[in-house]
Amino acid sequence: MMFIRYAAYRLLTMILTLIVVSMLIFIIINLPPGDYLSNQIAELRATGQAEGVAKAEFLRTEYALDRPLWEQYLIWVGVAPGPQGFSGLLQGDFGWSFEFDAPVADIVGDALWLTVLVNLAAVLFVYMVALPLGVLAAARSATWVDYTTAFVGYLGLATPNFLLALILFYYGHKYLGLPIGGLMAPEFEGEPMSLAKVQSVLIHLIVPTFVIGTSGAAAMMQRLRANMLDELSKPYVETGMAKGLAPSKLLTKYPLRMAFNPFVADIGNLLPAMVSGSVLVSVVLGLQTIGPALLTALKSQDQFLAAFVLMFVALLTLIGTMISDLLLVLLDPRIRYGAREG
Amino acid sequence: MAPLLDVKNLSIGFGSAPPVVAGVNFSVSSGETLALVGESGSGKTLTCRSILRILPKTAQLRQGEVMFGTGEARANLLTLSQRDIRDIRGNRISMIFQEPMRSLSPLHRIGNQVSEVLTLHRDMSADEAKRDVLATFERVGFADPERAFRAYPFEMSGGMRQRAMIAMAMVAKPDLLIADEPTTALDVTTQAQVLGLMKDLQRDTGMAMILVTHDLGVVANMADSVVVMNKGHVMESGPAPAVLGAPGHGYTKKLFAAAPMIPKDPTPADPLPDKDLILELNNVCKTYTVRAGGWRAKKQVHACVDVNLKLPRGKTLAVVGESGSGKTTCARIALGAEVPDEGSRVLFRAEPGAEPVCINDLSRAEKVAFQRQAQMVFQDPYSSLSPRMRVQEALTEPMEIHRIGDRMARRDKAAEMLRWVGLDPDMLARYPHAFSGGQRQRLSIARALTLDPVLLVCDEPTSALDVSVQEQILSLLERIRDGMGLSYLFISHDLAVVARIADEVAVMRQGVVVEQAPPETLFYNPRHPYTKALIAAQPEPDVHRPIDLAEVARGAGSSCSWPDMYRFEGVDAPDLIQIDPGHKVRCHV
Repeated sequence: MMFIRYAAYRLLTMILTLIVVSMLIFIIINLPPGDYLSNQIAELRATGQAEGVAKAEFLRTEYALDRPLWEQYLIWVGVAPGPQGFSGLLQGDFGWSFEFDAPVADIVGDALWLTVLVNLAAVLFVYMVALPLGVLAAARSATWVDYTTAFVGYLGLATPNFLLALILFYYGHKYLGLPIGGLMAPEFEGEPMSLAKVQSVLIHLIVPTFVIGTSGAAAMMQRLRANMLDELSKPYVETGMAKGLAPSKLLTKYPLRMAFNPFVADIGNLLPAMVSGSVLVSVVLGLQTIGPALLTALKSQDQFLAAFVLMFVALLTLIGTMISDLLLVLLDPRIRYGAREG
Repeated sequence: MAPLLDVKNLSIGFGSAPPVVAGVNFSVSSGETLALVGESGSGKTLTCRSILRILPKTAQLRQGEVMFGTGEARANLLTLSQRDIRDIRGNRISMIFQEPMRSLSPLHRIGNQVSEVLTLHRDMSADEAKRDVLATFERVGFADPERAFRAYPFEMSGGMRQRAMIAMAMVAKPDLLIADEPTTALDVTTQAQVLGLMKDLQRDTGMAMILVTHDLGVVANMADSVVVMNKGHVMESGPAPAVLGAPGHGYTKKLFAAAPMIPKDPTPADPLPDKDLILELNNVCKTYTVRAGGWRAKKQVHACVDVNLKLPRGKTLAVVGESGSGKTTCARIALGAEVPDEGSRVLFRAEPGAEPVCINDLSRAEKVAFQRQAQMVFQDPYSSLSPRMRVQEALTEPMEIHRIGDRMARRDKAAEMLRWVGLDPDMLARYPHAFSGGQRQRLSIARALTLDPVLLVCDEPTSALDVSVQEQILSLLERIRDGMGLSYLFISHDLAVVARIADEVAVMRQGVVVEQAPPETLFYNPRHPYTKALIAAQPEPDVHRPIDLAEVARGAGSSCSWPDMYRFEGVDAPDLIQIDPGHKVRCHV
């Protein structure tokens, strides 16, 4: 019961945050003087292409770019009527991309789900690598196990991602026959889902997952190790020893449970860090994620496309933090029963 | 018959340094209690932990053997395989640790942590284990064992957690129980009850017990035989009545001399004069509003209720109470560090005959002046001195803040204060880490004195120190008080310490002063059941004066269980009534 109330409360705060974030995004994108169309009009005027100017002027009224900023915002969100009536995010209309001359929904379409896929794979990779290695490094601290994992971890942190990507592509292709670039073989693009397509996507995922996840895994491993070392010196570990618990059981039942909290709390931070961190990697690896689209949109002030991508990243972040907060409540009775204390 | 446990010639060391436990011998038989006594650094904890081989990673067992068991099964615990020693831990030898707050995992239910011992060693199903655990919970005094089984540690008080720890240690019915300062972190009335429980359990099961403690009073109440340790060596050992009755070794004698005691044959003292009061607390109340969380209801906590205290110049007024009694809140209010509720008045007279100032509505300039005149000495000398400041910086900083004197004058003053507290002025250039606990407390006293205050608030100044050091610090405080004409507001949980230094004692319980009198009068004729419980619970280093558990139980419980004359519910306490000159008790007329 408590949990449901807390979840509802958390959902409410998430929605409020999302509203504030949407305002900030819209304001920041519109901070530079002018917009995509006024820039274009100026350029067309300079080169004397009158009919182009007329079309751009038409688009400006069509997308309400001639109105005050707050009105534009309300129209974009879909709570105020625009030139086509109510048609904004709330109605499922993500707007028009001027740069690509197509609806935003069409441009991001597949990329949205591929982004989620690539980043989820990377997050899974981070946790699967960091958990055992971090625990092992703490349990065998100041031995060769500890030093080796730390060394590999620092290598992962220090190597630039794009360099790592190029190296892996080269050797992966040379020795394992892994494909280079993209997230699926070209013949599947735009095709409906099929077993062969899933297979192709999975094989293409290997290198990007590794590249995007390595530094995150290295950082998280070091954090987990430090947390574990703190916990290992707590008196309740001695209590466990005095009970006669075997070392492995002792380690996993008590200190690991305690060290898990920050580990779980990191889920929220990990998602956005990976999405924004993987932009460069996506460009280098030729991944069809929204990373490259965001880059282009920001460069050319393509406001609806940029705003949508940023909103999407914000949403991922908020969902991530909400998941980690709810998990923490489930995992830690001190948070759950906080009310009964004292 | 050979004793159950025989420790022979045990030596433990770190690195290449000389051993910190050297050639220790002792033995314990079934049904017997052995006390390992010593001050910090004596090696008593390492010794008891080496029996189960729960030692820091860098500690080396250099020599000796620990024989445990009877007949065929007798073995040297120090050479057993890891697997075999794990079979002994928690099963045949169990251990209780000092800090019940931190010795239980906060994330697992009490029942889970306790029944783990049985599922581990007894091959029991979870249901069978639960049945045994519930029986043990009942035995250690949980009113509702089922509820305790489901509870998390943070839902329990310190005393209850230590009972859970005892249940965990007892549930497998071990042959030997090792208790490492099991009651040091507990309030004195709780300590009395926990010690009583341990004694009962031992009588029931006939197990042997090793009790590690620094408190001779606890030894006198519990032990059959005593081993006194100092700096890794055994100073003296033998049956408890002999060692406690007529200590042979100089070190043991010193420990006895230093242990503060409640006077045996007190005579009532004259009440304190009621004139030239340096500090007056009039109707001081403090209510905290606790917000549990965004959507939960607020709660009110009454930390102080209608406290009236008068401190005559040059005297020591002690406020005594257990944790949560509001004694520290009182001290903070007296210093102006905390704002009391509306209607409370704290009056301060810097000089005799001066017009009193009310410290809650001072102007900025008056406040600065007051802060010079009233200083504080803190409980923990390890955390109240910055490790990054030299002694000279620490001692001159207050004078810099108040812009007193120039560099040379400040330095001279700091050197003079060091001499006052018995330290060498050459130490000005050192950092605090170069000093022992007692020396650090001298430093923080010296720091408080650099501004020439007239009032010193001491918040448990000796609780973090060893008994012999405590004795020195108390003597020092007395000497300074009389030499400089200071007045003390002295906060403590320890009646014996208070008996030594105070001219007047106020006993506080849950925000309310229940009894107030000069210490001699209080010990001669304690009236309130709570005061009686506090006095009865104080362990005395005398085997002929055991703790009176019945008396403790009468006064330490809820205020609803007291005799009619004193009983009250909630915050609806009766008035503080003067029954003799200078002796006030909170009771119905």
